[in-house]
Amino acid sequence: MSNVLVVFETREGALTRASFEALTAAHALGSEVVAVVVGGEDNQAAAQAALRGVDRVISVEHPLFASYSADGWTLALEQLVHAEDPAYVVFPHSYQTRDFAPALAVSFNQMLVSDVVAISAGPVFTRPLHEGRMMAACKLLNAAPAFVSVQAGAFAAAEPGSAAALVQIFTPELAPHQVRTHASQPFRAKTSAVDLSSATRIVSVGRGIQSEEGLPMVQALALALGAELAASRPVCDAGWVSADRQVGSSGQTVAPKLYVAIGISGATQHLQGMRGSTCIVAINKDADAPIFELADYGIVGDLFEIVPALTAALRS
Amino acid sequence: MKIVVAIRQVPERGARIVLNAAGDALHEDGLQFATNEPDAYALEHALALRADVGGEVVAVSIGPERAASTLRDALAKGADRAIHVLAGSLDALAVARVLAAVVTQERADLMLAGSQSEDMGYGQTPVLAAGLLGAPHATLALQIVSNGAGLSVTRELEEGWRQNLDLPLPAVVAVQAGGIALSYATLMGIKRARTRELRTIPVAEFGLALAPLLHIVNLAPPVKRKSTQLLQGAPTQAAAALIDKLRHEVHIL
Repeated sequence: MSNVLVVFETREGALTRASFEALTAAHALGSEVVAVVVGGEDNQAAAQAALRGVDRVISVEHPLFASYSADGWTLALEQLVHAEDPAYVVFPHSYQTRDFAPALAVSFNQMLVSDVVAISAGPVFTRPLHEGRMMAACKLLNAAPAFVSVQAGAFAAAEPGSAAALVQIFTPELAPHQVRTHASQPFRAKTSAVDLSSATRIVSVGRGIQSEEGLPMVQALALALGAELAASRPVCDAGWVSADRQVGSSGQTVAPKLYVAIGISGATQHLQGMRGSTCIVAINKDADAPIFELADYGIVGDLFEIVPALTAALRS
Repeated sequence: MKIVVAIRQVPERGARIVLNAAGDALHEDGLQFATNEPDAYALEHALALRADVGGEVVAVSIGPERAASTLRDALAKGADRAIHVLAGSLDALAVARVLAAVVTQERADLMLAGSQSEDMGYGQTPVLAAGLLGAPHATLALQIVSNGAGLSVTRELEEGWRQNLDLPLPAVVAVQAGGIALSYATLMGIKRARTRELRTIPVAEFGLALAPLLHIVNLAPPVKRKSTQLLQGAPTQAAAALIDKLRHEVHIL
């Protein structure tokens, strides 16, 4: 009962990078690591998983798994966890994991230790609170199995292994009526007119702007810098900047040479979309804002004074 | 349709947060509290569904005495009544157990809640409650409409993708922020709220086992991964210093 299951995720048939990051976390929790890949009857991703330096792969196969459903995944993994009796089950903290893993955990009288960014001896799990302004060191108080999801980017992706691991097939007992929801094929919210991923300079604006009236000031800075305008989620939700300029886990992922974050506190979902930027500048009135964890340069102060001053300095 | 909306009270956005002496929770003196924003969206969806198909919206909050003010805000925005479960700090599974008990007692058709809280960020309480209730669920909902037989939900997926999901009632839906416009309480609403029922129930009355599973050993501010060069001085000085750094230190301009 010392093994660790790590539930891999696929996108368009390929394993995601977040899966390999979860694998690194799984290695920190136990010596025998078993990768789990849920898929349809011809589960190609299982063969990919076998090359990732795991002890074993379990391909969970069922005709109902051609597409994802929370009920299907929950019921199948519940049966698998009973059969394997692992000490830990590790997931990438993706939208899909958030959709089903808590329901799986609760069927074992557990909750998900979610959004973990570090694991130390104990094990002690570190996870963010207050949108990244605090980090909590947590311990689980009850017996196995424990369910853990890890934040994207927090762990290095595990390197591929040297030999292919054994792939076993697990076929859960599942009837169509047990999947109570009916899902459409995923579709694009809007045709993304703006591709920020290739921008070399981005000026991005957050809640600190307070109202739509502040935007021309930010646009003037973007123009002076020759930068694309982007925004954090709340600004797009409010309709002040169009949703196709949203940066973060629910928007675009960007990696410009220069990213200027204006009035953005730096919630995890935003940081995930821009942490690959070469040089990050943060302008914020709150010196404790999480954005300063990533920023190379910062100005703590009133953006309504600093932004026009920057524009003026660039023009002079 | 009878809808229970779970609403959490959290520290106000941008509030300066300070640790208590034990280092395992926040020092609350002087801290302002507000409605967890995703829960405010959940309430808005509940009010929209009631306007569409009729029924009742019951706002529920689990928390200390101060949480009552958040429920009064929900009543002012249009909830029909409110239930305040008086409790100290509970982990996500314990909160889900209490919510499941309230939904069962109320024989609600639908439980709505925000997808995650701005304080604890567990991101799972509604799904845990769905599991406890044996009800189907949807998460990260941006739109929720009644389709006669049940609900049609538009869900947010990653990287700008969406999905439509139909599910039967009773159900649990976790709401993503941003899918609907937030309303503000009117003066009429605030007056009307005073006449609406706000029932307080001590959590012990539910007779549930709520011992924590997850123990917070301590809290600490995050460790900086990079050392940030802070540019000081008046706005014009700081701005000039920053442009100079970008030009001559990192050669980006």
